[in-house]
Amino acid sequence: MKKTVFLGALTLSGLAAVAASAGTLDDVKARGILNCGVTTGVPGFAAPNASGEWEGFDVDVCRAVAAGVLGDPTAVEFVPTTGKTRFTALASGEIDMLARNTTWTFSRDVDLKFEFIGVNYYDGQGFMVPKELGVSSALELDGATVCIQTGTTTELNLADYFRSNNISYEPVPIETGAEAVQQYNAGACDVYTTDASALAAQRANFPDPSAHVVLPEIVSKEPLGPLVRHGDNEWGDIVRWTLNALISAEELGVTSVNAAGLAADGSNNPEINRLLGTESNLGEQLGLDADWAKRAIEAVGNYGESFARNIGESTPIGLARGLNASYLDGGLIYSPPFR
Amino acid sequence: MSDTNAQSVAFVRNSEIPASPPPLGETGPVKWMRENLFSGWVNSVMTVIAFLLIARFIMGVFPWFWNGVWDASSIKDCRNIMADAGTAGSACFAVLVDRWDHLLFGFKYPATEYWRPTLAFVLLVVCAMPALFAMYLPRKLLIATALYPFVAYWLIWGGSLWVPVVILGLLAVTAAIYLFIEGLSVSLRQAVAGIVGALSGIGLGYLLYLGAQELWFISGNVSAGEGIVSTVAGFVFMIAAIFTYAFFIPMGIFVGYAIYNSYEDGGLVTIVTTLFSLYALMVYGLGPISAAINSVVPIELEAVASRDMGGYMLCMILGTVCVSLSIPLGVVLALGRQSNMPLIKGVCVVFIEFIRGVPLITLLFVANVMLAYFFPPESSIDLILRVIIMITAFSAAYIAEVIRGGLAALPKGQYEAADSLGLNYTQATRLIILPQALKISIPGIVNVAVGLFKDTTLVSVISMFDIVGMIRGPIQQSTDWISIYWEVYLFAAAVFFVVCYSISQYSQWLERQLQTGHR
Repeated sequence: MKKTVFLGALTLSGLAAVAASAGTLDDVKARGILNCGVTTGVPGFAAPNASGEWEGFDVDVCRAVAAGVLGDPTAVEFVPTTGKTRFTALASGEIDMLARNTTWTFSRDVDLKFEFIGVNYYDGQGFMVPKELGVSSALELDGATVCIQTGTTTELNLADYFRSNNISYEPVPIETGAEAVQQYNAGACDVYTTDASALAAQRANFPDPSAHVVLPEIVSKEPLGPLVRHGDNEWGDIVRWTLNALISAEELGVTSVNAAGLAADGSNNPEINRLLGTESNLGEQLGLDADWAKRAIEAVGNYGESFARNIGESTPIGLARGLNASYLDGGLIYSPPFR
Repeated sequence: MSDTNAQSVAFVRNSEIPASPPPLGETGPVKWMRENLFSGWVNSVMTVIAFLLIARFIMGVFPWFWNGVWDASSIKDCRNIMADAGTAGSACFAVLVDRWDHLLFGFKYPATEYWRPTLAFVLLVVCAMPALFAMYLPRKLLIATALYPFVAYWLIWGGSLWVPVVILGLLAVTAAIYLFIEGLSVSLRQAVAGIVGALSGIGLGYLLYLGAQELWFISGNVSAGEGIVSTVAGFVFMIAAIFTYAFFIPMGIFVGYAIYNSYEDGGLVTIVTTLFSLYALMVYGLGPISAAINSVVPIELEAVASRDMGGYMLCMILGTVCVSLSIPLGVVLALGRQSNMPLIKGVCVVFIEFIRGVPLITLLFVANVMLAYFFPPESSIDLILRVIIMITAFSAAYIAEVIRGGLAALPKGQYEAADSLGLNYTQATRLIILPQALKISIPGIVNVAVGLFKDTTLVSVISMFDIVGMIRGPIQQSTDWISIYWEVYLFAAAVFFVVCYSISQYSQWLERQLQTGHR
């Protein structure tokens, strides 16, 4: 806590230096390139492929913003950050936005002075056990050894959950996901716990996925979303409404394929017209041109397309939409109206 | 002579019996095994157990290795191939084939330009020869070694050829300035010393003034926080600010006068003037001159940014640069620590003890994260340069202590003999002291160098993609190769072993070559 105050004060002095320069939008336009912070690698969310291009669900948010602001989805400089360096990179102005499956929490929003602009993936912490253990609920895990990544919120969630249910456990601290899988498969621990999306992705790539089950309990809320610095609301609006444009496009049935046609021919739905810039002046209000949302949708597809391409059921990651379905299908993904 | 022999011995041999071969149990492999493996029942049991363990290990590992799949597009593909062949659970070396370029060069280095770092590596081996085997090759070849850094910089980072060439030219100009100042008559040098002293006094005073303002600003921010830590930290910063405010003018005058006052001897004023002109030439001359030449005769390679470097290439860059910079720096620090002049000795002691007292990883975090706060977002120092400075400082502190050990091991008579020959400090150090001290220090220096080379993988924690960073990030976390483990780490271990073992073999060879005194 004390350290946080000290770092927070340093962050402030960094912010003061940044605030002296022009707004982030002007900086990005002058630079001609968007500096976007991503992870050093999370399967399906952000990782460079064999030809060295970044791809993934979080990467798509960066590309959509770049397409909207600069007109070119490839005009992004991806700055890889670790869990330890991500916040200083954003606070010091090294990156313009951070799209790095970061959990939206009170202290990050308020104490660290960041602005979460929305949620692009609702995650939660789950447990995976070998089927032969015969466990069907996390409440039966009394005395189990648990593989857990150190220094993450999952460690704290685990302690909270087991204490409130009065169960004992023995933690096996692990540094990375790959190491955890090795330890778990070698039998060093009975249970492996981390975010449910990562559990599913790693289980899908086990030699024998059917020998392991993910328990039904989800013990924490992990709303993951992109974030920007406090204090530049114009830039925050641009990133927020770019994400909302992708979500709205799914709700309205606008896809990367039909967006150009809908914009050219016009449509009977005024909200589609406003989204694609053929009616009203929403783009201008953001300080961009009328086509910004159309370009973003054409670059990465709507929310559903991006989900299906990067982490959906047809990919090796194989995640179901679940909580992340559109509200029309009973999920939580919901955008305020474009009006 | 008694006569017993003549009567009791019936036969006297007068020719030698041909030597018969030793018994089977006393020769060849049988003897070796009996002596070394089965010399007693305890050792025999141990040998059998050891052989069983080795056999078990080989039988476990060899099929894994031998049945490895070298051609597949993803880990699932790999598993399918192995399942079809009935060799499930073997190695999947296909990841090395698929990500070979990334492991060596990082994932952002342009694929069409891979020949450049490769050529730079080949040239490194060639150009290091004159320095490593100086006793067998003509000394003139050392020119190639000296030119190598400029060529390698151009090859790896690209851009205009004229940038490194102009840097080389400016270094030559600086050397000329040094010789010129050194050769001036005393009265002329007094004038130069006056100007340089005044300039550097004012410059230093101004820098300290800026620093005081910055400290005051930080103290205000820090003490705005809650809790005892921020109060104390704010107070410390405030004291430092007040101290600096009080001393910026006296310090400027003192240093300026010290430089002026040294005109008779000339050492200080020459060095300061040379450094000044080097700084001015690099900052104001380098860009315009190289751009001007380049507009007339453009020779360019595609420029590659520092953050696009990665893979084993990054480890090699950091290892080579930091080892070759930290050895001279370490020598200087070791000599400085032995110096009689309190200021120089103090600076060296503080530097060495501070750097040695701090873990390398904290220094790297400072280089990566904290420095970003003190520079404007667009104008920070190149990340690789920051890391090079930190690693060099770190290993120089260690090498300095190793060399100090070598200096301390020399008998006092060596120093006194050098003095009695009438050699001055530089000559004595260069001709008598250092050659002996360095020879003693070789094992220690190599130890530090090997450790430093392996420590370059620590940069992966500050999100640079060296070979370990590539493995932990983009490869293990990619959709295709999710959670692949043994194959990639074995590869990294193998490439590091090749280099580190070569360094160690070279140092042993060098020790044998230099063993002149104790044969």
